[in-house]
Amino acid sequence: MLQIRFHGRGGQGVVTAAELLSIAAFAQGHHAQAFPSFGSERTGAPVVAFCRIDDREIRVREPILAPDVLIVQDPTLLHQVDVFQGLGADGYVLINSKRGFDELGVGEIAQRFRRERLLTVPATEIALKHLGRPLPNAVLLGGFAALTGIVTLDAVAHAIRDKFTGKVADGNVAAATEAYQAVSHALVEVTDAQAD
Amino acid sequence: MDQQVKFYQTGTFTVGNRLLSPELRTVQASTARSNSLNSGHRACQGCGEALGARYAIDAAMRATSKRLIAANATGCLEVFSTPYPESSWQLPWIHSLFGNAAAVGTGIAAALHVRALKSGRTASDVRVIAQGGDGGTTDIGFGCLSGMFERNDDVLYICYDNEAYMNTGVQRSSATPPAARTATTMAVGAAPGAEFGKGKNVPRIAMAHEIPYVATATVADLHDLEAKVERAMTIRGARYLHILVPCPLGWGSASHDTIRLARLARETGIFPVFEAERGEVTRVSKIRRRVPVDEYLRPQKRFAHLFGANGHADMLQRIQDEADRNIRRFHLLDEGSAA
Amino acid sequence: MLKQTEGSHAVAEAVALCRPDVICAYPISPQTHIVEGLGELVKSGALAPCEFINVESEFAAMSVAIGASAAGARAYTATASQGLLFMAEAVYNASGLGLPIVMTVANRAIGAPINIWNDHSDAMSQRDSGWLQLYAETNQEAVDLHIQAFKLAEELSMPVMVCMDGFILTHAVERVDVPEPTDVDAFLPPYSPRQVLDPADPVSIGAMVGPEAFMEVRYLAHAKQLSALEHIPRIAAEFEARFGRTSGGLVRGYRCDDAETIVVALGSVIGTLKETVDALRADGVKVGVLGIQSYRPFPLAAVRAALQGAQRVVVLEKSFCVGLGGVVSTDVRVALSGLQLHGYTVVAGLGGRAITRASLERMLKDAVADRLAPLTFLDLDWRIVERQLAREAQTRRSGPIAENLLRDVGTVAAKVA
Repeated sequence: MLQIRFHGRGGQGVVTAAELLSIAAFAQGHHAQAFPSFGSERTGAPVVAFCRIDDREIRVREPILAPDVLIVQDPTLLHQVDVFQGLGADGYVLINSKRGFDELGVGEIAQRFRRERLLTVPATEIALKHLGRPLPNAVLLGGFAALTGIVTLDAVAHAIRDKFTGKVADGNVAAATEAYQAVSHALVEVTDAQAD
Repeated sequence: MDQQVKFYQTGTFTVGNRLLSPELRTVQASTARSNSLNSGHRACQGCGEALGARYAIDAAMRATSKRLIAANATGCLEVFSTPYPESSWQLPWIHSLFGNAAAVGTGIAAALHVRALKSGRTASDVRVIAQGGDGGTTDIGFGCLSGMFERNDDVLYICYDNEAYMNTGVQRSSATPPAARTATTMAVGAAPGAEFGKGKNVPRIAMAHEIPYVATATVADLHDLEAKVERAMTIRGARYLHILVPCPLGWGSASHDTIRLARLARETGIFPVFEAERGEVTRVSKIRRRVPVDEYLRPQKRFAHLFGANGHADMLQRIQDEADRNIRRFHLLDEGSAA
Repeated sequence: MLKQTEGSHAVAEAVALCRPDVICAYPISPQTHIVEGLGELVKSGALAPCEFINVESEFAAMSVAIGASAAGARAYTATASQGLLFMAEAVYNASGLGLPIVMTVANRAIGAPINIWNDHSDAMSQRDSGWLQLYAETNQEAVDLHIQAFKLAEELSMPVMVCMDGFILTHAVERVDVPEPTDVDAFLPPYSPRQVLDPADPVSIGAMVGPEAFMEVRYLAHAKQLSALEHIPRIAAEFEARFGRTSGGLVRGYRCDDAETIVVALGSVIGTLKETVDALRADGVKVGVLGIQSYRPFPLAAVRAALQGAQRVVVLEKSFCVGLGGVVSTDVRVALSGLQLHGYTVVAGLGGRAITRASLERMLKDAVADRLAPLTFLDLDWRIVERQLAREAQTRRSGPIAENLLRDVGTVAAKVA
């Protein structure tokens, strides 16, 4: 079973992100469970959402305490909430930012994990470009697909079109695709750098 | 067809059906009436509510060709009409709770509508009445009543107003008039009886909801009451009928005075009788022969403390002022009527 | 059809498949998505003919359902927590009159203090009302139970509440098989009332009943619940035959056959317990789970049969009887009366506190070692409790309890889980 934890702020579509991922996983024939940690609904407040993916029925209902993947939609949370809590040593981290881990001030924490599995992607900027709105949730899923390979970009696109329609769907798919390519590219660079 | 009839019987203003052509006679005048609230119920001698309910439901049964269902709030009417193991009611009738008659009526109307649609009709021919006393209407049932009004549900709500919680022993409701003695507004102290400045006028609140039809009536004017029920039944949507029904026990009046007191309530201006549609008054029953409020109050022991050696002339004056205000507000007097 | 969908939405679809005539509901977290889903289905014409009524309170919601059901309509509503309490008078009225209303209770804690998260205190408060109570373990079971509920309610002429954990199930997006309309129609025939308000055949419903007959009328409600002990498994079997999966029934055991310790629970926590049990079994601990699907009627015989072979029974419940202990555990004790085994009550998850595998595992290990107290509050922070008690002992004007505790707990938003 894979456990993905999403961090963000109210209004950034964190809950939808988890849901979209579960739909993408479902589209690929997996079992998936997505749910939010239920704070009072308030724009701007820290929000956590969860997604589990497995090839058999998912029975457990507890919050994800030991995630395999972290997706951080809002980097301002990094010094406010212990987003890395419980992340396994082989865990993946994807942060929405145009800056790197060191620049974000989490370089030290990052050393506890596998360098090639930690990436940032400028999802908000990509979203603004394709959607005209700073909604990074679906964009980050494109990056997630490239980073982990757990779901394909096609499955992510399918999930986006399942939830949204028209230009919103098109924009999100385009943005997710760009994030996918950006992350794929970055991964190649990291692998090359490690090989050196 | 309108027929101008003048009544010359002395002593009372008794309605004489035999002076009218058959089609203008009241439902009660006919032996073919439904008698929907059948005899054998346990109401007190002279109960205004039993009278009002029989008048109203019989009129509604004729208007709907007996295609009628009633939802009844807890209260005197419900209790005396269904003494275990009997029921007086000659139509489908349900009693649920004290505060939900209007909501139960809403549910029945919705069910009838859907079942009609399911059998290929556009609407049901069966109509719904929700009814209760003032307690169940103005207080505990107020929320459900307002909800039914604002949704414009197809229900006629009838309030039988005897101005207190009678069935439980005459306690004050928000329909209890100022100065009246009840078990919770005793006639003691500096300001005996119910306080001035409190209370609710539900007919005017009903009008504020701008529902299709609002009317007030009393058991003193049978023609008027029946006509209003009939009128209400020609309309679809939320309708409200507020009937003043004197209670000999609670009011401390003689059981033979029920109809007379209802008439005096109108003739003093204390109880305006009118019709309204969508928030605008469309018709009023003019006061035929105005009387001072004393004449209405004296026969009722619940106002006894206002009179006599230890009486309260100031409170009487306030009641008179209120009656005057009603007369002005509703234009209850024709020009040139004697005061 | 297999879908990846939010629990609430799946339930809305399931209710719509049952062709309700009248839906009346008042919004309350966490049931809102259910009634919104149904409202949309009615407004779009997908569910027709159906009257969807936006009522002004939960009391009105149940009252409208009462009127509709009495007039021969299949009626449905949904609520939770405070809303269930607000309609309590009408809840008793519906069962007292024998009206087959179906209601979803999206289980949520009752305040004060106000709390929007899951526990079972709401439905438990109505356990004596005469309503049948069915508990869903998963969103699939929630869907299936609603379909079974209408059939059960109408066969018995008694109202049924289907309980599903608020947020944990209602707001979880997971795989659900939503049945086909033709299958549901074949399983659930149109409503044929035992009593109905009909001008062609007038009856008086809801008359007063005095001391002469009240006990008999009330006994009949009891008799109906007892007969439900047979209806429920039969309907579940019919459901399985038509839809091909196990759902509902009275109780369901998991690895109980040779278990020395059995945990009894209701609702979604059963899933987490199964995972915990598997882990403990891998370590050689003989533990099992008994899920109770039908809480009212309480299946005394089935519970006894499932538990009598065990040495110890732990009732894990999201409810408690203030000043006494457990609610469900008290009922389980009745089922086990006369048997020699160790019984433990574990109150957990109140107000939505997460129940983790780690905590469950620790607790069960304690149970197996007979280290567990008779009554345990799982994961209780004794530190802040002691601080508040000390505070109260010191000062008369100690202030609102909730405010004091929250100050001690610190910023919740910074926490991860």
